Amino acid sequence: MSDSQGPIWEVFVQKKAGQPFVHCGSLHAFDKEMALQNARDLYTRRNEGMSLWVVPSAAITASSPEDIGSFFEPANDKVYRHPTFYQIPDAIGHM
Amino acid sequence: MENKNFEDVFEAKLVKNDMIEAKDWMPENYRKHLIRQISQHAHSEIVGMLPEGNWITRAPSLRAKKVLLAKVQDEGGHGLYLYTAAETLGTSRDELLDALHTGKAKYSSIFNYPTLTWADIGAIGWLVDGAAIMNQVMLQRTSYGPYARAMVRICKEESFHQRQGYEIMTHLSFGTKEQKEMAQDALNRWWFPTLMMFGPPDSESPNSENAIKWRIKRETNDQLRQRFVDQTVAQIEYLGLTLPDKGLKWNETKKGYDYSEPNWVEFKNVISGNGPCNKERLAARNASHKNGEWVRAAATAYAKKNAEPFMAA
Repeated sequence: MSDSQGPIWEVFVQKKAGQPFVHCGSLHAFDKEMALQNARDLYTRRNEGMSLWVVPSAAITASSPEDIGSFFEPANDKVYRHPTFYQIPDAIGHM
Repeated sequence: MENKNFEDVFEAKLVKNDMIEAKDWMPENYRKHLIRQISQHAHSEIVGMLPEGNWITRAPSLRAKKVLLAKVQDEGGHGLYLYTAAETLGTSRDELLDALHTGKAKYSSIFNYPTLTWADIGAIGWLVDGAAIMNQVMLQRTSYGPYARAMVRICKEESFHQRQGYEIMTHLSFGTKEQKEMAQDALNRWWFPTLMMFGPPDSESPNSENAIKWRIKRETNDQLRQRFVDQTVAQIEYLGLTLPDKGLKWNETKKGYDYSEPNWVEFKNVISGNGPCNKERLAARNASHKNGEWVRAAATAYAKKNAEPFMAA
């Protein structure tokens, strides 16, 4: 929701190079630059990260909780996608 | 019919200790309760900057000054985490701030007491933040995901707040006679207002029942208050200060201290607007908001002129 504080942005922080960006919260800002500076002041006051993404909340499309069942259903009956589905002879050790 | 079904899913999540997320269906009263509680919590952080901010220019050393600045900045940050958590429930920042500025929304009664001496800054960090942590540690496991996540961040940061407060108290308590008196005076004034922070006794707490049922709170006001007293007595003894409660006594049966109840009439007076500093706090918040109006107007005009294509909606 946009109001006198500017639109909402979602903030993602990468703790260290090589690690995934993780959502850490949101904030209000009027443009990209301000969003980035606010994110730095709000979410990395103690070296919590070395890289930041800011994304306008309105640009995010999310799955809806009511559809969890049918939406993720295709993954439910495919146990053969997991390594434990397969029998490997003990004799060869770890694979 | 539909609703019933959604309600079952909601209840089942609570039973399994699953978190409720922003887009999940939730009962209207749960949503309302959360907006009220989270926004009150946010307002408390923001108003809480005022009594401490009062001492930034008069901190007794450069070290003390930069510590206090960092702490007050953290409180502002905590307010912002909490406002955005409340906004996930479908309210807006403008509505939330408006409720604070018009006096419609409440904030913690503790911030309506004045900070008269430097020892008060010690007592606030140690006792007030200590009491807040007690409550916030519990809230890290509250049933609403965005609130719980904000609490995890806040708890990590609060620990420094409490320790810096106790450090101030040790300096004063082991300092000159006058300094020790100043520390004792601060303890005398802050002890009972701090106990009030946990809210009215369970027998008279109108919102507790739902809060426990919905797992927004996991412990009652009295349970948290008891834990705070039990934890703090030894810290007071170490300082060589005297607890301003003649009724304090170890109770072997409950393995905790018996203590005197704060003055609940005073509590009611303070939360209904008649504490020593209510008017001053509200006036300061309103002035600050009003003084920032031109900045918001300029930023809004700028954003209109330079709208990012992805912001068009």
